[in-house]
Amino acid sequence: MSANPETSASGAAASQNRPATGTTLVKRGLAEMLKGGVIMDVVTPEQARIAEDAGAVSVMALERVPADIRADGGVSRMSDPEMIHQVQAAVSIPVMAKSRIGHFAEAQILQALGVDYVDESEVLTPADEVHHIDKWAFTVPFVCGATNLGEALRRISEGACMIRSKGEAGTGNIVEAVRHLRSIVGDIRRIAAAGDEAELFEWAKQLRAPLPLVQEIAGTGVLPVPLFCAGGIATPADASLVMQLGAEAAFVGSGIFKSSDPPKMASAIVEAVTHFRDPDILAKISAGLGRAMAGLETAALATKMAERGW
Amino acid sequence: MKPRIGVLALQGGFAAHGAILDRLGARTVEVRTPRQLAEVDALVMPGGESTAMSMLLERSGLLAPLSERLNDGMGVLGTCAGMILLAREVVDGRADQHALGLVDITVRRNAYGTQIESFEADIDVDGLESSFHAVFIRAPVVERAGPGVEVLARHESRAVLCRSGRATVAAFHPELSGDERLHARFLADL
Repeated sequence: MSANPETSASGAAASQNRPATGTTLVKRGLAEMLKGGVIMDVVTPEQARIAEDAGAVSVMALERVPADIRADGGVSRMSDPEMIHQVQAAVSIPVMAKSRIGHFAEAQILQALGVDYVDESEVLTPADEVHHIDKWAFTVPFVCGATNLGEALRRISEGACMIRSKGEAGTGNIVEAVRHLRSIVGDIRRIAAAGDEAELFEWAKQLRAPLPLVQEIAGTGVLPVPLFCAGGIATPADASLVMQLGAEAAFVGSGIFKSSDPPKMASAIVEAVTHFRDPDILAKISAGLGRAMAGLETAALATKMAERGW
Repeated sequence: MKPRIGVLALQGGFAAHGAILDRLGARTVEVRTPRQLAEVDALVMPGGESTAMSMLLERSGLLAPLSERLNDGMGVLGTCAGMILLAREVVDGRADQHALGLVDITVRRNAYGTQIESFEADIDVDGLESSFHAVFIRAPVVERAGPGVEVLARHESRAVLCRSGRATVAAFHPELSGDERLHARFLADL
């Protein structure tokens, strides 16, 4: 992980030998530990157990998976704390939960519940069409979605400690996640190859992103926080694809519990993320999984969740 | 010939370990299969989710060969989940979780609580001249250390760094704070 001012500031605080919680290093550190793993959407404690049994590194506790949010319509909000408690009691792996974009009160409640990560998510109905949550103000770390590098850097400047592609949640269609990952990873590569500072000023303008973060990327060649993939993973091959494109871990939403054999699909996707570069192993684990989730053509969607976020 | 250092890369913080080892001039290899394990002279077992790693060890066919190499005296550095996997006994784990049993310690998983209790602090390590900045992420603690286990560091009286034979295990993440001294010592001891 790259050095940054927050890290050294927290290091100074800890050097008085008082343990420091909620520091950037500690928040980004958990994201480091989730790398190479699968974070699964679950709506019941039973599903959470299936996810843990299959080797998930974390579960996202929510009321409806994105495919059902799409089908049901209406306003989609933070989950019932009772349900989050039940999921926390059911598993020993980290539990994440979603707040609406800009809904800092929901995030405060999720922190009070002791969730391990908050996803300020476009999958729920936005609460604020201008502002995102000030994530620096929290001890709990945040993950946010992004469709391009500018969006990712704006979220990081607001305190996000993990970025995931948005993809198009609930579709079982990987095309949008691929678009987002290629855009983010491609722009990082182009910035790292920039000729001089003047080009970085221009990149910051084009991306509507803070210049210091653009300069950091020019130096390190990587995003300042881990980059995960979400939105549309439905098969082990999808997981391998996004990992090969530069994702460091995978969120799987509807793809598991909308398939015909969730425990089998869940373990297969876990193994696919570990062995993403090994086609022989992937061929073996992709066989006989039953039906993947049905999936939707993204061009025909009434609501594009990926367009939420500013 | 410099020894080949494997970094178990089933899941977790393997990239950060690899980066430090590379900076120290080690030859590193990511290990996901028995064939890759057979090519290394020593191994780093990173942090991550010990339950997921335990299952992936089994499904990747690594459990038996890894156990054999460890019992034959291969040098190993285990951090956080790596420490849990190397312990003799695990408290608050899953019933089906594998404990490789190389280090005679009892480890409690997630001993400090959820992520909001995760912290960083300076600790004193035996043999290091100045304190070591340690990052604890949903960290385990050592509740019991057997007679053959040397405790090298404590935090608030709990053992957090231990050595037993050719194994070193840490409850914290030396790969995250930018301090290379524990990795350098691991390489020097090989």
